[in-house]
Amino acid sequence: MTTAANTALRSQAATQPDFDVQKVRADFPILSRTIQGKPLVYLDNAATTQKPQAVIDALIRYYTAENANIHRGVHTLSELATESYEQARADVQRFLNAGDTREIIFVRGATEGINLVAQTWGRSNVRSGDEIVISAMEHHSNIVPWQIICEQQGANLRIAPVNDAGELLFDEFEKLLGPKTKLVAIAHVSNALGTVNPVRNIVQAAHQWKARVLIDGAQAVPHMHVDVRALDCDFYVFSGHKVYAPTGIGILYGKTELLEAMPPYQGGGDMISSVTFEKTLYNRLPYKFEAGTPHVSGAIGLGAALGYINSVGIERIARHEKEVLAYGTKRLLEIPGLRLIGTAKEKEGILSFVLEGIHPHDVGTILDQEGIAIRTGHHCAQPLMERFGVPATARASLALYNTVEEMDALANGLEKVREVFA
Amino acid sequence: MAELRDLYQDIILEHSKRPRNYRTLESANHKAEGFNPLCGDHFTVYVEIGDGQIRDISFQGSGCAISKASASMMTQAVKGKRTEEAEELFQKFHHVVTGKNGTESHELGKLEAFAGVSEYPVRVKCATLAWHALRAALQGEQQAVSTE
Repeated sequence: MTTAANTALRSQAATQPDFDVQKVRADFPILSRTIQGKPLVYLDNAATTQKPQAVIDALIRYYTAENANIHRGVHTLSELATESYEQARADVQRFLNAGDTREIIFVRGATEGINLVAQTWGRSNVRSGDEIVISAMEHHSNIVPWQIICEQQGANLRIAPVNDAGELLFDEFEKLLGPKTKLVAIAHVSNALGTVNPVRNIVQAAHQWKARVLIDGAQAVPHMHVDVRALDCDFYVFSGHKVYAPTGIGILYGKTELLEAMPPYQGGGDMISSVTFEKTLYNRLPYKFEAGTPHVSGAIGLGAALGYINSVGIERIARHEKEVLAYGTKRLLEIPGLRLIGTAKEKEGILSFVLEGIHPHDVGTILDQEGIAIRTGHHCAQPLMERFGVPATARASLALYNTVEEMDALANGLEKVREVFA
Repeated sequence: MAELRDLYQDIILEHSKRPRNYRTLESANHKAEGFNPLCGDHFTVYVEIGDGQIRDISFQGSGCAISKASASMMTQAVKGKRTEEAEELFQKFHHVVTGKNGTESHELGKLEAFAGVSEYPVRVKCATLAWHALRAALQGEQQAVSTE
């Protein structure tokens, strides 16, 4: 593509009237630092996102003025902390458009949410000979918990294949469904490819066989409007740290009737209503699944992060990221020998690629010298790497604060990589 | 880019593109795999040992420029050496790439080129992967060695 055409594309990307990316960037203090003497170009957002001042302030405010244990003190601070924690739950409920705050369980992250469902719902509902269906593009966190429960229960894991673009082969997926299917567990958005799965259609297809559906939304929630009731999914999980909140906090959404019927995950304080040595009565939802002192500050930080997203507007964020992705895709495809892994029509801001004759690890080291942070490796999706015949890829992943200029920096950095290996 | 050239020295780039002794070894009586699950690097090292001496050595597999060049230059460095000499060289090499005191990089000969790795701690595993596999082969371990 010509420079003029690139400039045109770039200015087109910069013209969204109600989204000022420089103003957004100013909300994230870490973005003003340098790496190796160069401005930080942070393109590892699918691994974790940077935090806006609003989230950092919420943590400072909590520890400065409200810190106490929750749900058990009669004193003022405990009431304040409990209120803030439960407010965060209500924020999440509204963000996902869940019907009830009881359906929002605080967990450590998407991984723990999946394990919770596997070990509680799975143990009570999956029997010998049953089947659990996942896809070939799952993160290890949406593979291994199901392998464990299948082994425990004598059930079978079935894998829906993907095409060369990295899209789910929906017909093949449907063929895997049947009376033995107990659960479908699938990524809303692939972390390694960016593919957006047709989760509404997946839920409908699975429900025809009375199978339940868990959606791993870790890579979706930061980038698109998610409405769990419109999706009609049975479970939905995501991680706070990928959506501008602290690490160590995440969400499991589940339909009330399913959560009610599930046994607890861990035993301990807060998850009980009464304990005697003869019999323990479990607490009501959502506390039944929140044993021990939870990550109170993390939950509050998550509430602040979702508030921040709302203040910018998820639709505006999505539009901006799409524009940066389109520009970045064009710039990368101009680089000789570059192969994009993941070219789905419906795609979020992930550019996974390999450079001919150059290992992704070397790409990552050289880009780091330019201040550019990307991820290299198998992205916790080894079966997917095998599907595409590569041991690893380099992956640039976007967030709301990334710019078209950073896509130029990435492309220029990759030219340098090619020079070193020329 | 000055610092970068410390890591990607010409001799390293050259060996990564044209690795030496890059083949299976019919006469091998020892072999071992080295695997770095984090980045997917995977090498097999073949060794023919007779009377305590490395008579021949080769490797195959895939990995980044640092790991491949290291494997290639390792095969050249240890061919003809006694196994205990190879072990001693690995110790020295390890000291140099991890920036530990006690070994001057010039003691390594051509392998001195890897001294720059000490500035890149995450790449130490790349530089030592083939060496770990060699050690496993010499010790007759059947299991693949992993850097994790």
